[in-house]
Amino acid sequence: MNRDARTKEFYILAAFFALFVLFLYGPLSAIVILSFQGPDGGLTFPLNGVSLHWFYNLFETQAVGDFGASFRRSFTLGLMVTVTNVVVALLAGLAFRNRFRGSTALFYLTVASLVVPSIIISLGIGVVFQQFGLRPAWYSSGFGAHLTWTLPFGVLIMLAVFNRFSPAYEEAARDLGATPWQTFRHVVLPMIAPSLIGVGLFGFTLSYDEFARTLMTSGTYNTLPLEIYAMTTNVTTPVLYALGTVTTLFSFTVILLTVAVILLLRRRQAKLS
Amino acid sequence: MTVVASPAEIETGNTRRFLAAPRWLIAYLQATPLLLILGFFFVLPILMIIVVSFWDYDFAGLYPDFLAMNYTDTLGSWVTWKTYLNTMKFTALTWALTLVIGFWVAYFLAFHIRTTTMQMALFLVCTVPFLTSNIIRMISWIPVLGRNGLVNSTLIELGIVPEPVDWLLYSDFAVVLAMVHLNTLFMVTPIFNTLMRIDRSLIEAARDCGASGWQVLWNVVLPLAKPGMAIGSIFVVTLVMADFSTVQVMSGGQSASVALMMKNQMSLLQYPAAAANAVVLLIVVLLMVAAILRVVDIRREL
Repeated sequence: MNRDARTKEFYILAAFFALFVLFLYGPLSAIVILSFQGPDGGLTFPLNGVSLHWFYNLFETQAVGDFGASFRRSFTLGLMVTVTNVVVALLAGLAFRNRFRGSTALFYLTVASLVVPSIIISLGIGVVFQQFGLRPAWYSSGFGAHLTWTLPFGVLIMLAVFNRFSPAYEEAARDLGATPWQTFRHVVLPMIAPSLIGVGLFGFTLSYDEFARTLMTSGTYNTLPLEIYAMTTNVTTPVLYALGTVTTLFSFTVILLTVAVILLLRRRQAKLS
Repeated sequence: MTVVASPAEIETGNTRRFLAAPRWLIAYLQATPLLLILGFFFVLPILMIIVVSFWDYDFAGLYPDFLAMNYTDTLGSWVTWKTYLNTMKFTALTWALTLVIGFWVAYFLAFHIRTTTMQMALFLVCTVPFLTSNIIRMISWIPVLGRNGLVNSTLIELGIVPEPVDWLLYSDFAVVLAMVHLNTLFMVTPIFNTLMRIDRSLIEAARDCGASGWQVLWNVVLPLAKPGMAIGSIFVVTLVMADFSTVQVMSGGQSASVALMMKNQMSLLQYPAAAANAVVLLIVVLLMVAAILRVVDIRREL
C-alpha cells in the first residue's frame, strides 16, 4: 500500500489478526499441554503432574479402540487418494485447456461434487453398494467417497494453474523440435510440479481427516477420524488428548515436509532460469 | 498436437507422429478418469437416493415402490421444520461471523503486509490448523469452555462471575463458535485471492480523487472483493447446512440439524426416509448456492 509510517488502521488490524491466530491455536495448544497430564489427571486444567502416561495408554489396544490399525488404514487410504488425485486432476486440467463438447457440464459436475452435502454422498454410496450387493470397505466405497471430496479441489487448483500458464513455453519447445511427450515431460511438468505437490498434500490431508463421507462407506473397519469420533462419546480420560496431539503432530509434519519440498523445487527453478 | 508437420519438424526430420490424434479426442481421453469417478461415486449415488426416496421400508428391509409417503412424512412433521429453522440459524450466524472475520484477516494480509514472503508465511499460519482433524479441533474446546475450563476459571479468579458459566460448552453458542473455528479459512482464502488481484492503482486513484479510507473500502475494495466473498460463502453455507458432527459434539446432543436427523434415520436403517430428507436438503442447498452464484461467475474467478 503506502510506504510511509504504519497507520492506526494497521495496528488495529494486526491486533485483530493476532487474536484470530490465538483463536485458531489456543484450544489446540490446550489439548497438547493437557495430554501430558499425570496418571490421575483429568480433562481440564490444572495439570496433575507431568507424564507420558496417556501416550503409553494410547498404544495399549485394550484401553481405547484399535488406534494403530485405524491409523494405518487412514494413512494407506490417504496415499491412495493422493496418487489418484494428482494423476486425475492433472489429466483433467490438461483436458480443460481445450474446449471440448461438454467441458462446461463436466466443470459444473465437479463443483457440484464439492457443494453437495457430504452426508448425502455417504448415504448414496452406501445405498448403491448395498443394492448392488457389494460389500462397502474403506479401500473401495470409502476411497470413492473421499475422491468426490478431494478431486474437485484438485481440479480447481489445476484449472487455476493452467489459466495462468503461458502457452509460449510449449510453442518454443515445439519450435525446437520437441515431441508432445518431451514438451510435457521437460517443460510443462517441471513448471507445475509445485502445484501438483500442493494438490497431493491437499488430497492427503483432506482424506486423512475426512469423516462425514466415510461414515456410511467405510464398511467394517474404522478409519482414524471414525475411531476418534467413537472415542468422543465413550472415552473420558486425557488419552483422547494424547490421540489429538499425535494426529495433529502428524498433520503438521506432513504439511511442513510438503512446504519444504515446494520451496526446494522453487529454488531449483530459480537457479535454472 | 498439430496433424500437419511444422517447418521445424521437417527440417529436423522429426516427423514421427505417434500422437497425431485430434485435439478433441485427446481432451476426452484426459477427462475420462474424472468423469468415470464422478459418474460412479457421485452421479449414480445421487440418482439412487432419488429412487430410494420413493421406496417403502420396514425393520426388515427396503421394498421398491413408488410412494410419496417418505416426503409427506418428512414435510408434514413439525420436527422437520423446526430442525430446518435451527440449521438455518446456525448457517446464518456462522456465515455472518466467518464473512466478517475472514474479510478483515484477508484485508490485513493483502494490504498491510508488505513482503510476499511474509504474506505467504502468515497465510500458512492461518492454513495449518485447517489441515488437521476437525473432530480433534472440536474436542480441543472442551478444556477451554468446560465448567472448570480455562475461560470459567479465569472469569472466577477475576471476580467477574461468582460461579461457572454453564452455556459456554454444550450449547448453541459452542456449536457456532466451533463452526466459525472450523470454517473461517474457507472465507479467508478466496477473499485474499481476490484482494491480491485488485489493481493497486485503483486505490491510488480513489485517494487522489479525495476519497477517505472508508470510502475507498466501501466503494472500491468491497465491490471488487465480492466474487471472493461469494465463493467463500458457498463453502461455508454448504458445509454448515450439511453439518452433523459439530452439532452433535458441541451441543452435547441437545441441538439438532438436518444432517443429524438424517444420520439418526440411517443408523436405524430407515434409508428411504433418510433419502427423502436428503433430496429435500439437496434442493435447499442447491437453491442457496444458485442464489449466491448470481453474484459471481466461478469460471472467471479461477
